Amino acid sequence: MTSNPTTISTGMPPRPSFWARLQGGLLALPLALVLLTFLAVPVGIVVAVSFWDYNDWEVIPDFVTFNYVELFTSRLTYILYAKTLKFAFLVWACTLVIGVMVAYVLTFRIRSTKWQIVLFLVCTIPFWTSNIIRMIAWIPVLGRHGLVNGFLEQTGLIGSPIEWLLYSEFAVILAFVHLYALFMVVPVFNSMARIDTSLLEAARDAGASGIQTFFMVILPLCRPGMAIGSIFVVALVMGDFVTVKMMSGGQAASVGVALRNEIALLQYPPASAAAVILLLFVLAMIYGLTRIVDIRKEL
Amino acid sequence: MIAKALTNWFFYALLGLFIIFLYGPMFGIILLSFQGPEGGLTFPMNGMSLHWIGDLFKEQRVGDFQGSFLRSLSLGLLVSVLTTVFSYAAGLAFRRGFPGATFLFYLTVTSLIVPSILVSLGIGLTFSRLGLETHWMTSALGAHLTWTLPFGLLIMFAIFNRFDPSYEEAARDLGASFFQVQRMVVIPMIAPSLIGIALFGFTLSFDEFARTLLSGGVKNTLPLEIFGMTTTVTTPTLYALGTVTTVVSFTVILVSLAVIAVLNRRSAASKSHGSEAAA
Repeated sequence: MTSNPTTISTGMPPRPSFWARLQGGLLALPLALVLLTFLAVPVGIVVAVSFWDYNDWEVIPDFVTFNYVELFTSRLTYILYAKTLKFAFLVWACTLVIGVMVAYVLTFRIRSTKWQIVLFLVCTIPFWTSNIIRMIAWIPVLGRHGLVNGFLEQTGLIGSPIEWLLYSEFAVILAFVHLYALFMVVPVFNSMARIDTSLLEAARDAGASGIQTFFMVILPLCRPGMAIGSIFVVALVMGDFVTVKMMSGGQAASVGVALRNEIALLQYPPASAAAVILLLFVLAMIYGLTRIVDIRKEL
Repeated sequence: MIAKALTNWFFYALLGLFIIFLYGPMFGIILLSFQGPEGGLTFPMNGMSLHWIGDLFKEQRVGDFQGSFLRSLSLGLLVSVLTTVFSYAAGLAFRRGFPGATFLFYLTVTSLIVPSILVSLGIGLTFSRLGLETHWMTSALGAHLTWTLPFGLLIMFAIFNRFDPSYEEAARDLGASFFQVQRMVVIPMIAPSLIGIALFGFTLSFDEFARTLLSGGVKNTLPLEIFGMTTTVTTPTLYALGTVTTVVSFTVILVSLAVIAVLNRRSAASKSHGSEAAA
């Protein structure tokens, strides 16, 4: 495949030639094939199976709606969604505060570019290590005889170990924040780094205090970054089952954990129905977010 | 002046706390994995030794550590290479436009949002309906790519947004073919970012759990093996496994970052050299 003379063009020509478009299509083919085979088709199969019948040992191709009827008439579904939404909200609030704070310090309080890069990398590296190990790492800190309890007992603040530190909802939320804060830090930092510093000078000249500048200039300008971070955090928490299962010691439930349990029991049709509803729910939440904040500017 | 310095230090302290929050627990288990044979799951440390690390490399002591480690390593490398190549090609494609570009863009973004467990379940069901066995080299590979490719593509967008197309035009005017333009002009200029994509591909795959769960086949990858151990193993072996895995991840990350730094420095040097020559 050699380049055709007619493809001499800039990055985004207004009307690419037929050959350029064909070449573009060929270049996009691997990505398209992978996503069609391993995303679109599997999601389609899950949708199909959600309408199938099943018994104790096999799934039976059919068109029944009772998987959905059962899901919507069960009180448990609503309890699970309420619980998962609570996790999502608390984790979102914590990561938002941490993300904005860390991004702010990195962007506006660290003067040297070299240190900015170094500290940004220091904050990003854990994202590239294993989530499961980062969860296990909380055991010696939060356990019954862990560091926190040990410290509190030694200083005499508590008489007996606090039981709710590990294997509790608190541990689940802490682990979520620990795992996913990065997903908020990075997009917010990206937004903040683009803010023209002359705007901040203008705010100061107009008599704004540091706090006023932060809330009235900086924060509104990084709304797109906060929205992208929120999408990541909400989607990850809503779809999670590992963190809830591990950090609650199997004591807390969530939509994902219930889904995982159904799969473990090989009840694929109801599991598929639950998965379809979960996907629609997450998509609806994200659609709502993009209505509030226009994120296309960031892409 | 003093107030300003104080607020600055306040903010540095906040960042410091965040970094301790990120790294503290991890260093805790690294320390605990070097305990003596009598060691337990919590502090204080009980002696110092390589007992638990050594345990990992003994045959059949703790599940299938070596097998799963090698599988995860090969899968990670494969995902890394494919993510880089496919994202690069797709990045070029989106620049010149092609039929269905908007659809493919939305499909890619959706891939980031769809819960991992749904991808895992879907691939498992698809393979079983087709009468195919799930295997880490086929179904798990595909499952991992649905997670790494969106990151790769978004990075490519960021790169090409800042890439001046006149370099390629100049090369084409001089008669370079499509592949010559890529090999001799584009790739050398964006090599650091491509290594970044490869790093994303490797690390995300090496640590992926949920997407492998129902698509990984009978043989476990390392994260599945570790997850299985969390419920059965109550010795520092668990921490030793964490330490070894983290060391592998850190080595890959630091080597990639070092290569990126060297490439950046070299291109900066050649640029300043070029401008001197021009002057």
